Amino acid sequence: MSSYDLSEDTGRSGRRRATAERAVPRRRANTTISPQEAPNRRNTELALLLFAVLVPVLAYANVGLAMDSKLPAGMLGYGLGMGALALVAHLLVRRFAPYADPLMLPIATLLNGLGVVMIWRLDKAGKLLRGNYPAAENQLMWSGLGIAGFIAVMVLLKDHRVLQRYTYISMVVALVLLAAPAFFPSREEDFGAKIWIRMGSFSIQPGEFAKIILTVFFAGYLMVKRDALALASRRFMGLYLPRGRDLGPIVVIWLLSLLILIFENDLGTSFLFFGLFVVMLYVATERTSWILFGLLMSIGGAVAVASTADHVKVRINAWLDPMAAFAPHPPKGATEQIGQSLMALGSGGVTGSGLGQGRSWLIAFAAKSDFILGSFGEELGLTGLMAIFLLYALLVQRGLRTAIAARDPFGKLFAVGLASAMAIQVFVVAGGVTGLIPLTGMTMPFLAQGGSSVVANWALVAILLKISDSARRPGAEPAPATEGQGGPAR
Amino acid sequence: MNKPIRRVSIFCLVLILALMVRTNWVQGVQADSWANNKNNKRQLYDRYAHPRGNIIVSGQPVTKSDFVNGLRYKYKRSWVDGPMYAPVTGYSSQVFGSSQLENLEDGILSGTDDRLFFRNTLDMLTGEQKRGGDVVTTIDAKVQKAAFDGLGGKKGAAVAIDPKTGAILALVSTPSYDPGVFSGSDSADSKAWTDLNADPNKPMLNRALKETYPPGSTFKLVTATAAFENGLYQNVDDATSTPEPYTLPNTSTQLKNESPYERCENATVKSGMDQSCNTVFAKMGADLGKEKMRAQAEKFGFNSTVDTPVRSEKSIFPDSPSLDGTAQDSIGQHDTRATPLQMAMVSAAIANNGSLMQPYLVDQERSASLTTVSKHTEKQFSQAMSPTTAAKMQDLMVSVVENGTGTNAKIPGIQVGGKTGTAQHGEDNAGLPFAWFTSWAKTSDGRSVAVAVVVEDGSQNRDGISGGRLAAPIAKAVMQAALGK
Repeated sequence: MSSYDLSEDTGRSGRRRATAERAVPRRRANTTISPQEAPNRRNTELALLLFAVLVPVLAYANVGLAMDSKLPAGMLGYGLGMGALALVAHLLVRRFAPYADPLMLPIATLLNGLGVVMIWRLDKAGKLLRGNYPAAENQLMWSGLGIAGFIAVMVLLKDHRVLQRYTYISMVVALVLLAAPAFFPSREEDFGAKIWIRMGSFSIQPGEFAKIILTVFFAGYLMVKRDALALASRRFMGLYLPRGRDLGPIVVIWLLSLLILIFENDLGTSFLFFGLFVVMLYVATERTSWILFGLLMSIGGAVAVASTADHVKVRINAWLDPMAAFAPHPPKGATEQIGQSLMALGSGGVTGSGLGQGRSWLIAFAAKSDFILGSFGEELGLTGLMAIFLLYALLVQRGLRTAIAARDPFGKLFAVGLASAMAIQVFVVAGGVTGLIPLTGMTMPFLAQGGSSVVANWALVAILLKISDSARRPGAEPAPATEGQGGPAR
Repeated sequence: MNKPIRRVSIFCLVLILALMVRTNWVQGVQADSWANNKNNKRQLYDRYAHPRGNIIVSGQPVTKSDFVNGLRYKYKRSWVDGPMYAPVTGYSSQVFGSSQLENLEDGILSGTDDRLFFRNTLDMLTGEQKRGGDVVTTIDAKVQKAAFDGLGGKKGAAVAIDPKTGAILALVSTPSYDPGVFSGSDSADSKAWTDLNADPNKPMLNRALKETYPPGSTFKLVTATAAFENGLYQNVDDATSTPEPYTLPNTSTQLKNESPYERCENATVKSGMDQSCNTVFAKMGADLGKEKMRAQAEKFGFNSTVDTPVRSEKSIFPDSPSLDGTAQDSIGQHDTRATPLQMAMVSAAIANNGSLMQPYLVDQERSASLTTVSKHTEKQFSQAMSPTTAAKMQDLMVSVVENGTGTNAKIPGIQVGGKTGTAQHGEDNAGLPFAWFTSWAKTSDGRSVAVAVVVEDGSQNRDGISGGRLAAPIAKAVMQAALGK
């Protein structure tokens, strides 16, 4: 790292001194991108966007040809709609974040577009898919809203550092969002998971938004507390143990994620938040001991909950023996979903059955949402899934690169948080669908059906773009004064 | 903060890498086992997504693939003369699986066999609809019909084999069923399946291959063959020094013959066979001993399954612990069991001068475009006996039809050899006896056929049942159909 960031080097040798330095926005920041030669890369983005729109349109045509032997009637509308949305998003990036990363918008567009195509394809399975109802149009509408949200962030969020002011408000909002679903009834088909707020036919999944808002809180809080957490600690058996009062908030987060797990039956969100927090804590303090703490606490929590809560046991058993549900006398609570998903993936093989030619409707439960990767795996095969994972890897890595390039600690923490939240979410969902880890029930960012997820993830990408714009912008202006910045740990 | 960020970025890559490795494992390494998992309904839907190939008898398909355009299943299997051909084809049901040729030849019939890969690829490129290949059987429609009509409403089975090649010309089991009644996925199909399975007459049991019966006197052919092969007797006219009645070895049990009119005391091999003397062949079996009897029986195919490719039930010549048991086993009673196929193989070996050919049901597998994928090559199952023994055995069997219990099978102008059997069974032989007849016929131009027929319930009346009366006429009709006489 030293070759990129000299100031960081001094920070390493004299950490106390560096605290003051950190608050000063750096004119010449780190990383491989240096301001002098920074082309704004907007044309690259436009060219990539062309592909990002073209590929789903061709996929759409492919589904129509495979299933009805003719080009789908809505193809032109779909292509133009997707294209227009992408173009508007691009033009606004040009206007409001001209130096932003050129890859993230095309990747998000491509994943979103492919998701809509797959949902449409599953709509077309009709009665074959249990409980099927047309969802593609809705998803397209949500994608439009997602891009509207993206645009709103572009236009309204002048500087991401403004969000630092809302550190503690964010915490309260996130807690409310996370706690809210526990007070709403869950439906039978949710399998006891309480992750929705339902009002009539309208429902939102607050966890998706909480992901971003909680990251704001973590980033703001840790930026202020990082030195206290890193330095004011006792050394014990080669580990830095934090002081009790610094440990407090961490224990709170830990308890919170356990509560989510227990009361909302939501393993995934719980894992995501705790993982996110440990990652950000580690980045903020540079203390490996925090990872150890994090792991110990999450393992402890998981074991405690797994040994008491039935629904977690059921999930783990389903993971250990995915075919148990197919036995003549299946164990109580066993579901076919993981087994169905694995059979879909296996049937797809290396090259897949081709879009529209698989039978992933056999997955039945959550085929369009949590298990949409199963459909991609069957119809596009191993090849297709590898490409999709690569797209996510790229998206995450561009986010992390933004974190490295960011010139302010808040921006760094914020970008690391958002990017690793995406990575953890992809891992948790895809790991569950492929049987790598127990299933937890979260949506695949951009691909899966779900309005909250699409809107939240578009906002997430917009924020990352804003951070990368400010990181790569030549001659950045000084940061606006924010509370707590540069101050000693309170 | 950049150092930990870099580490986090490696961590994130590891997460995604783990997903990639896992996906490669599931979709690459394990793919086939998931794709072919018995709970994976895709195979089932695939099987009926395209027209299924047909099973061919005498150049005509006996199966059809009906386009029903259901929600899950596009095609449905149906049969031409289902009850007559069910023992040959088996069934192929959307819901209840498949059996026999429909099951064993599924790769060809559904078009998934690797040997059809080139053809399938070509079809895919030219936009041809995928079709399954055909399976050409050895069944002769005329022979099959003669056997099916001959058995009529009776419970039983008939098998006809070409002794020279081993080709199975007829394979009939009655009562039978139409596999088409449960080939779909409606509630009517379910009901038909349940009813057929609950039927006490077991119409879905393939009696020709899968049921073993005590072979009764037809087994005396095996005993006589063993006697000649082991030099116990040299000629068919050798006297056997059989007492009347015959006391089973090491016991005081006296074995008698069926009727006092049989002149079995010290009968020759030939007259013993003509009259089907139990005493003569029980003594013969006891004189030979268990090992020699077993060795001979096994040359005919006893104690092993036969894959036609449809696997037959094992016919049994038991490992009896005592000599009196072996004596009774040697007249086809006690613990001896045989499938109708097995007894047809005994006649076929004798007719083919001792060489038993491997029985087979599938002559050719071919692709939808009629190119041959595989063709059966005839092979010997065993040399069951020497040609000289075979000549003696033929002599004995001809005599049975000319002078003995098998006169009902006589066909003018053709040499016919046969052997009757009326097998006792049940507790204290209380069940109605099974009527057996196994025979062969040869024309002067060298064509031949071997047949076995068993009738389970030929008459309500015990005395009305005998192999010669009930089974021989059916065998005669089958032989006539096979040889065109």
